[in-house]
Amino acid sequence: MVDVVTNTSVEDEAPGRSQPGVLAFFRLWLGHWPLAQIALYLGTLLLFVYLGRNLVANMARLGLTPGFEFLDHAANYEIGEGFIAYAAGDSYARAALVGLINTVAVSALGCLLATVLGVGFGIARLSANPLISRLVQGYVEILRNTPLLLQLFAWNTVIHLLPGPRQALSPLPGVLLTSRGLFLPTIGTEGHGLTLIFAVAIAVIFTRLVLRRRRRLTGPLARRVVLLTYAATVLAPLVIAAGLGVSFTFDQPTLKGFNIRGGISMTPEFAALMLGLAVNASASIAETVRSGILAIPKGQWEAAGSLGLRPFAVLRLVVLPQALRIIIPVMTSSYLSLTKNSSLAVAIGFPDLVSILNTTANVTGQALEVIALMVGAYLTLSLATSAIMNAYNRRYALRGSCR
Amino acid sequence: MSALRAPSVLDRSPFLKATIGSRGNIAISLTVLALAAVSLPPILRWLLLDAVWVGTAETCKTSSGACWAFIGEKLKFITLGFYPQDLEFRAYGAIGLLLGLVATSASPRCWGRGLVIAWIVGLLGAIWLLGGGGPLSVVPTEKWGGLPVTLLLSFGSFILAFPLAIVLALARRSKLGGIRLYAVTLIEVVRGVPFIAILYASTLLFPLMLPAGAAIDKFARAGFALSIFVAAYLAEIVRAGLQAVPKGQSEAAASLGLTHWQTLRLVVLPQALKQVIAPIVNLAVGIFQDTTLVAIIGMFDLLNAARAAATDQLWLGFYAEAYVFAAIVYFVFCFAAARYSLWLERHLRSP
Repeated sequence: MVDVVTNTSVEDEAPGRSQPGVLAFFRLWLGHWPLAQIALYLGTLLLFVYLGRNLVANMARLGLTPGFEFLDHAANYEIGEGFIAYAAGDSYARAALVGLINTVAVSALGCLLATVLGVGFGIARLSANPLISRLVQGYVEILRNTPLLLQLFAWNTVIHLLPGPRQALSPLPGVLLTSRGLFLPTIGTEGHGLTLIFAVAIAVIFTRLVLRRRRRLTGPLARRVVLLTYAATVLAPLVIAAGLGVSFTFDQPTLKGFNIRGGISMTPEFAALMLGLAVNASASIAETVRSGILAIPKGQWEAAGSLGLRPFAVLRLVVLPQALRIIIPVMTSSYLSLTKNSSLAVAIGFPDLVSILNTTANVTGQALEVIALMVGAYLTLSLATSAIMNAYNRRYALRGSCR
Repeated sequence: MSALRAPSVLDRSPFLKATIGSRGNIAISLTVLALAAVSLPPILRWLLLDAVWVGTAETCKTSSGACWAFIGEKLKFITLGFYPQDLEFRAYGAIGLLLGLVATSASPRCWGRGLVIAWIVGLLGAIWLLGGGGPLSVVPTEKWGGLPVTLLLSFGSFILAFPLAIVLALARRSKLGGIRLYAVTLIEVVRGVPFIAILYASTLLFPLMLPAGAAIDKFARAGFALSIFVAAYLAEIVRAGLQAVPKGQSEAAASLGLTHWQTLRLVVLPQALKQVIAPIVNLAVGIFQDTTLVAIIGMFDLLNAARAAATDQLWLGFYAEAYVFAAIVYFVFCFAAARYSLWLERHLRSP
């Protein structure tokens, strides 16, 4: 650093020599044959102009005007499900937003489930017990060697083959599996659920900051203290809410008339897509976890074992933290492909972003704008996922490593 | 410890030791066995014991098992889709030609310039057999279906993508900033969006961008879309291979007086590609599976033909059988390719 500074000051004083400017930097970046490169860009531009002119002419012939104004117009189609209110007659923009939220929801839940399954299966695959490692190997081989679309069709068929609400399967008390969807019990909060989740989240973040400050001042804290603090943090907003008169009820799905009411529900399409994506990704995550753990030198197991740690503790405290450095980057690409694969929703009738935008393109004819929105939305989602995972990687997985 | 204990049967059998050697392993083994006891009998009953092997849809409806008679009846439709019945020998010829090419390429002894020419000639031959022209009567691409479509799309797009991928990979490593930016943008945009978005662009957007009256066949458009998709992923694999070639190789080549392009063609690329054959085979398996997405734009590949078979009025609703059959076909192809990739990796590593 010091060298650079002195150099600069010397050069500043020297007469007749100037700092490399933006132009010089650009010329250096461009390298040889600048004209050929500029010609390449000009050629591409001309191609786009040619295609664009054709597009405008063809759209004019069909009575369409290019541009995004159509997003404000009323959409005349219904959407099967969504997390925000929508009805035919709302704008195309709102329809697209419903799709985007559906895509994010199914991808996020899918990633979560895929991680839980994948880590579990990855560890089981390494078991010395051949019964379970062979079982997991078979699971992985079947999932990796058949197309995802086929798996989604299969999940959709299986869920629609489930009995109706009257003969609902109940593998666990309160959980109902029917051809009309999957139902899980929840805690009723008289519609304050989102507010409470928000309050708890803020409280947890606040506690984190306080604890980090405390740690910096007085050194590490006992595990028990940390756990108790967090428990109090999570409980406090709930207790305050109860004090303010919100009553909590255990909301269990039950059969009322011809349908099931109460609890939280997933439509068959959402369930099929989410399960299909998660199970498919769990196979590749299992392989990632397995190879990540295998990459840790055997000496680490032996050293930790000779310190008296039990095998599971060795895995949790010594091996997995190191393996994470190898696992996280590969896992990121699994998450990215899961998010992109959620676009297969269109094949099983779940209204995700691609499916809604496709309908919009067919109804309005504004193909260019719709494809641009699709590409933009997925690039943003991909970049966001990468950014979150890279931040996690830097903060936790690479903690204490040399680089 | 074990020296103090009388030798037991567990010490002689590693299998027994791993399954019932400790309390934890006994618990795991019992759980797996219980799982098998619960799930296997109904699956086996459906698949084999209660299954109907010959008969009509009526005999199938009386049984609770799978209806393999349906697959027997619809096998030709699933394999060839709506291809004209009297010309089906041409479709079988195309399948044979494409599979023969794959079988030939599997042996490293056959690799060389001849094989590249054989692939190009073979693909054109398969397209000619399917589509006709000249002495053969013309079959429009809308009538193509089933296995030939799946094979032609996946192999054809791969062959088309290969030169493009090499150019993109070299461009991404170029010293020329403009070229590099161009390649990075193309690769990352294509890799950042789902294949369906590219497929929709080819079906919805591309026709609108042609001058009025001009049209490109839907099959060709899907093929080109798939090629661009493959090229972006393949370019990253090739780039990894290029990175793995030591710099001394190109320096040595340059000191022998080879030009830049000679160095690339004769020294760097052969070594780079050899390094990444296994990832390329894995990508090929992925692409073979991804061709199923053309079903979404209404083309009848193997999976969509299987699905369509279950919408026949006479054999309505045998989706499970159709999917199981398609799954077995895909599994056989992909599993074989994955095993081949493992074998190849070992084979190439040994000198």
